[in-house]
Amino acid sequence: MKTIATTRSAMGIATGKLAVWWVLVSEIVIFGGVLVSYIMHRLGHPEWAEQAAHTHMWLGAFNTFVLLTSSLSAVLAHQAAEQGNGRKAANLLYLTCLGALTFLGVKSFEWTNEIKEGFTIQAGGFWSYYYTAAGLHAFHVFAGALVMLWVASSAKKNENLHRVENVGIYWHFVDIVWIFLFPLLYIAK
Amino acid sequence: MSAHAAHAQGHHRNYVKIWAMLVVLLVISVLGPMTGIRVIMLITAFGVALVKAYLVAKNFMHLDLEKPIIHFALGLALVFMVLLYAGVAPDVQKSAGQNWKKDAGFHHLPPQPEHEMLHPEELETKTPAEREAAREQHRDATAH
Amino acid sequence: MAEHTHERAHVAGTANDAHHDHHEVGWFKKYFWSTDHKVIAFQYMFTGMFLALIGAFMAYVFRMQLAFPGQPVPGFGVVSPGQYNMLITNHGSIMIFWVAMPVLLAGFGNYLIPLMVGADDMVFPRLNRLSYQIFFLSAIVLLTSLFVQNGGFGGAWTAYPPLSANKLYNLTPYGASMWLIAVALEFVAFLLGGINFIVTSMNSRAPGMKAFDVPIVVWTIVIASILFMASVGPLIAGAIMLLFDQTLGTSFFNPNRGGDPVLWQHLFWFFGHPEVYVVLLPAMGIVAEVMTVFARKKLFAYKTVIYTIIATGVLSFFVWAHHQFVAGIDPRMANVFTVTTVLISIPIAEMCFVYIATLYGGSIRFSVPMLWALAFMAEFLIGGVTGIYLGASGLDIYFHDTYFVVAHFHYTFFPIAVIGVMAGVTFWFPKMFGRYMNEFWGKVHFWGTVIPFNGIFIPLFILGAAGEHRRIFDYKNFPQFNHPWQNDLRIFATVSLLVMLLFQIPFLVNFVWSMFRGPKAPKNPWKSNTLEWTADSPPPHGNWAEMPECHRGPYEYSVPGREQDFWPQNEKA
Repeated sequence: MKTIATTRSAMGIATGKLAVWWVLVSEIVIFGGVLVSYIMHRLGHPEWAEQAAHTHMWLGAFNTFVLLTSSLSAVLAHQAAEQGNGRKAANLLYLTCLGALTFLGVKSFEWTNEIKEGFTIQAGGFWSYYYTAAGLHAFHVFAGALVMLWVASSAKKNENLHRVENVGIYWHFVDIVWIFLFPLLYIAK
Repeated sequence: MSAHAAHAQGHHRNYVKIWAMLVVLLVISVLGPMTGIRVIMLITAFGVALVKAYLVAKNFMHLDLEKPIIHFALGLALVFMVLLYAGVAPDVQKSAGQNWKKDAGFHHLPPQPEHEMLHPEELETKTPAEREAAREQHRDATAH
Repeated sequence: MAEHTHERAHVAGTANDAHHDHHEVGWFKKYFWSTDHKVIAFQYMFTGMFLALIGAFMAYVFRMQLAFPGQPVPGFGVVSPGQYNMLITNHGSIMIFWVAMPVLLAGFGNYLIPLMVGADDMVFPRLNRLSYQIFFLSAIVLLTSLFVQNGGFGGAWTAYPPLSANKLYNLTPYGASMWLIAVALEFVAFLLGGINFIVTSMNSRAPGMKAFDVPIVVWTIVIASILFMASVGPLIAGAIMLLFDQTLGTSFFNPNRGGDPVLWQHLFWFFGHPEVYVVLLPAMGIVAEVMTVFARKKLFAYKTVIYTIIATGVLSFFVWAHHQFVAGIDPRMANVFTVTTVLISIPIAEMCFVYIATLYGGSIRFSVPMLWALAFMAEFLIGGVTGIYLGASGLDIYFHDTYFVVAHFHYTFFPIAVIGVMAGVTFWFPKMFGRYMNEFWGKVHFWGTVIPFNGIFIPLFILGAAGEHRRIFDYKNFPQFNHPWQNDLRIFATVSLLVMLLFQIPFLVNFVWSMFRGPKAPKNPWKSNTLEWTADSPPPHGNWAEMPECHRGPYEYSVPGREQDFWPQNEKA
């Protein structure tokens, strides 16, 4: 349902896009809170490096690659939407969702192995942060994928194409969070 | 509207080229630890992260085409995170102080030297003498 | 922008017929499932007012325990130590998160923003409805937590670990987690609501309404929303961490296993301090609107006020550890936070001077809203200056956790959550319900609230200065605080509370009776300039048949050379 309020643009920015940027502002401080807390503990506990050695860097790197590629498909979806090609935009969004699914699948495999090795969330300070930070991120990946499916269902009918860009902005943010999570959790050893 | 024209211009960006750059950077960050030199590993890991984030923000999110208020709001959020770190780190980033220490908290770490560990029995003690007595007791009790 | 000059509310109707066909919308859709910002505003307000009764009841019970320790409290029974802790914890949590926030920010924000910027609704009406529903859910979770096994959480609204993290200490395993989940849900609700407020105010202004034509109360609500959005993140992170410590055996705040309880304190107060400005700013905005109308005078230095509000907001992020001076923080940081805390009194003091300057030379009418606005200034002033005492870390070593702190924050919170709200309610009532409230009973309510309020908290300043600790359910174990004069002061405070509670009855009767039977009010009974007074009283769905335009600022009162002493924003030049 469209109110007149939604159609106005006193700032010269599209309403939906303005809203997504503000959502990102709040997300920066949420993830910031977790990551700042982690960084302080990590710097204060050099012995955590021994625990961090048990994360699987190659799986993390592969997941980074998956997310980077899904960001590519998301921005190509935006390009298609700009050109008015709703069908193509929807397909590219579906591809992005596939990336999300792959990411979550790899993560499940990764975590299952770590838990089997005894590195549960209760195994100590490092692991508390590891599962919480990556888990919060994975939750955002999942939620983002759901929203993308919803946007794609309209886009393939050439409706509400502006939403493709907006969900893409959110998706790139989720990608950027992982870009920092990867070195923090996997590389710094 | 000029924003729109600039936006159209943005689509002459080669997104695939940017993606290729990101993948190369990823490879660099993975090779860094393999050198074994800590400083290089840190620079590649976090330096690459910053560059990747910049590339995604500029080219994929088109952040450079957005109005200043957006940059301001996002920048403010980042500034507050730096502020959070600056205000909290003096307290939290220490693992020991004058009369306290934080246990690393791992069950499968090798036990630390006895004189440094704070045992549960010692939580009840108030003076260093009492603490020493409690440690003696604990040592005797776990001697076999 | 020529294309906007003929906007009509029913244009929206053609895009979605079902919602705008007023005659066929049933009771459920109109009052329970509505996306209309005015209905949602009332939902927040009435929920908040209902929870205020519960929070007030809790205060009644624990004050009775403090005045007459061990005696069964009428309507509750004997208060055990655990129950006392539960009462003070939930009194504080309810009053801040489930009364002040919904009424001031979500209630007035939802009602006023579209009307004052000349829009037909918020930009995302369905998201707006969802925000309320999540908020409602949070209230249900909180109230339910009081009835689960072992009762509600009793670890204080600040929920410091290890007490809050370890069920062996807090003895309320279900209550503790439910409280935390309720708070987290409330945060999510307000994050979503804030998006609507910020984007609507930025983007959906009437044609011709520039940023500096927007009324102060809209500015304050928007800036408060931004402050909330930027500060709550670390606490959401912390709440997840605490919940995991409680339920999953993580060790974020457990020093025996690599964590740090002081981290929670920092994460909590990093939000907690900006939070008080989140509720203060809307209240100050309401007071500004009331004062300009009932002094018939423009706001002194409007632009300066806006810059001051922004500066206050930013500064509020730099003061948080003044809540932690004696918690074992680095003493060098205590110096830093003392300086910033004392500094932040400057912009607030400046706002007070601006308000006084606004009144100076004005044609003042002592209507009920104006009485509340003036009382806000007087009482908040006391709260503010006592805050300076507490902000000095040296003094705080003595005052921390005494009743001096309790009295200080009630002298700030009560003006915010009660006095400011009453100013707003009595001011906008005619617009909201199309009828006047009764002036006489309004004045009775006013005096019967403000005078006893001081009777409650001045004794608490005295007791606090004598060193009396807070969060103690019975002083029989503290002989230095059990002298007759101290017991007498506690009884005086409790009796004042009882008097104040009795005087809320005329307000409730007045409010409900006037909603249905009060004398009908015209569109603009107070002769105000802002756009909401050009809509019908009450405004219909869509607010106006023909959307207004804005031609001037909001405070053109008593403009020389004009016949009328006000100049509505939408009137053509």
